[in-house]
Amino acid sequence: MMSVKGGGGSGTPSYHVRLVPKTRGIHLGLGEVWRYRDLVLLLTKKTFTMTYQQTLLGPLWILLHPVFSSLVHMLVFGRIAGIGTGGVPGILFYFASMAVWEMFAYSLHTNAQTFISSAHLFSKVYFPRLSVPFSGLLVSLLKFCIQLIVILPMWTVYLIRGDIHPVLPALPLLPLLLLQLSMLGMSVGVLLSSLTTRYRDLMHLVGVGTSLWMYASAVVYPLDALPPGRLRSLITLNPVTQIMELIRRITLGEGMFSLPRYLFGVALTLLLFLAGAAVFSHVERTFEDTI
Amino acid sequence: MKDEVVIQVRGLRKQYRLGKINAGTLEQAIRERRERKKAMRRGETAGRGEGTFYALDGIDLTVRRGESLGIIGRNGAGKSTLLKILSRITAPTEGVVDLYGRVSSMLEVGTGFSGDMTGRENIFMNGAILGMTRDEIREKMEDIVRFSGVEDFLDTPVKRYSSGMYVRLGFSVATHLESDIVIMDEVLAVGDVDFQKKCIDRLSRSVKEQGKTVLFVSHNMNAVRQLCRRCIVLDRGRIVFDGDVEGAVSTYLGTDRSLPAEVEFGPEYRQDDHLVRPVIRFSINRMRLISGDTPVFSCEEEAVLELACRAEVPLRGVAFRFEVWYQDHTKAATALSGNALDLEAGEHSIRVVFPLRHLTPGGYRADIVAFQYDGRGGEYRIDAVYPGFVFQIRPTAGERYYVEWRGQFWGAVRLDDLTLRLQ
Repeated sequence: MMSVKGGGGSGTPSYHVRLVPKTRGIHLGLGEVWRYRDLVLLLTKKTFTMTYQQTLLGPLWILLHPVFSSLVHMLVFGRIAGIGTGGVPGILFYFASMAVWEMFAYSLHTNAQTFISSAHLFSKVYFPRLSVPFSGLLVSLLKFCIQLIVILPMWTVYLIRGDIHPVLPALPLLPLLLLQLSMLGMSVGVLLSSLTTRYRDLMHLVGVGTSLWMYASAVVYPLDALPPGRLRSLITLNPVTQIMELIRRITLGEGMFSLPRYLFGVALTLLLFLAGAAVFSHVERTFEDTI
Repeated sequence: MKDEVVIQVRGLRKQYRLGKINAGTLEQAIRERRERKKAMRRGETAGRGEGTFYALDGIDLTVRRGESLGIIGRNGAGKSTLLKILSRITAPTEGVVDLYGRVSSMLEVGTGFSGDMTGRENIFMNGAILGMTRDEIREKMEDIVRFSGVEDFLDTPVKRYSSGMYVRLGFSVATHLESDIVIMDEVLAVGDVDFQKKCIDRLSRSVKEQGKTVLFVSHNMNAVRQLCRRCIVLDRGRIVFDGDVEGAVSTYLGTDRSLPAEVEFGPEYRQDDHLVRPVIRFSINRMRLISGDTPVFSCEEEAVLELACRAEVPLRGVAFRFEVWYQDHTKAATALSGNALDLEAGEHSIRVVFPLRHLTPGGYRADIVAFQYDGRGGEYRIDAVYPGFVFQIRPTAGERYYVEWRGQFWGAVRLDDLTLRLQ
């Protein structure tokens, strides 16, 4: 769409933007997002203030939400269905897994609505449209960090009691894994949001799709609780399963890890990210005409 | 530096599809695709051409640094589409646009304001959306706040602002941007007169002093006159005029309505008729121009009209007045009839001579009001048509002491000439 050249010219930097009908190749415009990084941060802050404005408990909801859902899963999967947690204390297993999953799901969910929810902005002013998904990504990461306030003490207590056996040297890998997961969510979300500008049907699929995806991602059960077979190998192909299991292996000492399958997941994440960004940059150019 | 091109538009076209084709569901899209393929197989051209129209149909435009360009035209002429493309909100269908400089566009005041955030937070948000960094905003904060005049409410959520404060704050942020090209669409239409003037002053100053380039769309011809030195007129996606503002305004008015020499006054010519005339005693039914074929005059001429009227009852002392509006919807002057007529019941044809010598070049419309004198200095309105007579005064050059009339400063009425005598 354009080329921005910064450079000399009578003291002030000169900019040149060329607008043409079609672009060749993938244009991500990540550099421009970086120049608008203050906007990304402000959008992130805005999401936080707006979500918890005029609520009694405020950001406490970030903690309460996974507490409730992990209690439910503990009851349904742990007590009723009797699926184990691979020796990990139930509450920690469900809470940590849910927190990780919700980070992914949030990143997917908010970004799937990018074009629809920001239509009023996009139709009035230009800024790199990817700023909005990136701020969604930041919000999901931040929420997870807040949830660590509960997870960390719990984890430490169980660690000291010797109930869990984490792979401590691998802990520094954790942020990378979380980032990968969050990016995966963002990529799928961005891809969906680009398609929803044309086909609103997809909006309804997102909700159903994410909850199905959760059960296909070994979130509320450990992967080795599944009998080996076609279903299990299918589920291991899911990149979220791989990240999930790896995170649990590192932090809780429980989980299956296969390097080829994990690398396949990394490749898929990268592919989806590029595809998402490419479709997004294609759609953002004319979305104003279709929405 | 002065001749530096900042906007270069070549062969710009923008196509839109008619109907709801794009807003479809998946099923529709698949069906459409299949039909298109079928049509292609039959050797027809794909159904792309039909159901589409060009909102912009071949625009070539060069704007230089320090120019303030007005863009006028009827609704649907393509003004907003042009601004949207220049603001990078949507991409062109054909053609190339080169922008040399940072663009800040204001297609709306206060884009991205959210009611729950305070004025200060919104300044940061709005500024960031418009491309400023946080440090830049912090640096400009004081100026922005002073210009907007909302100092006392800076930490109040903007949902508690009056609409005027909201507009002022939004405008202040946008005009304090570090940008080379400012694009504005009708944003001055909101806000009070004082603030409008303040904004125009600020913009003209930034054009003059900082060499900014301003693109300004407005229906307010006075604002265009005050801010712009050059103006283009768009009509059906093309530039039909490019030149000085007065010429553009005349062209725009020419494309706006044809000037009829004969008008039949139906109900659409009457406002609040039931209030003005609870009982209909008199009606102006038709106007016909006697002097000439088209109502375009020079100011030395007189317009002669014939009004076909009907009196339901005998009426005494019927008079007329022409309330004359200038083309920018400001009232110019009023002409009263010097005499009155006593009318029998029935049809009448009344000839009106309308001297135009006080009017200056431009487009006018006159509301024709019929009334009766009540004998105590008051009047009683018996009918009125809006507008009764639409006409233009063409400039008369070539006089010995000719000077181009500058309506935006001098007004639409030229009083009788002063006489100078050397003593």
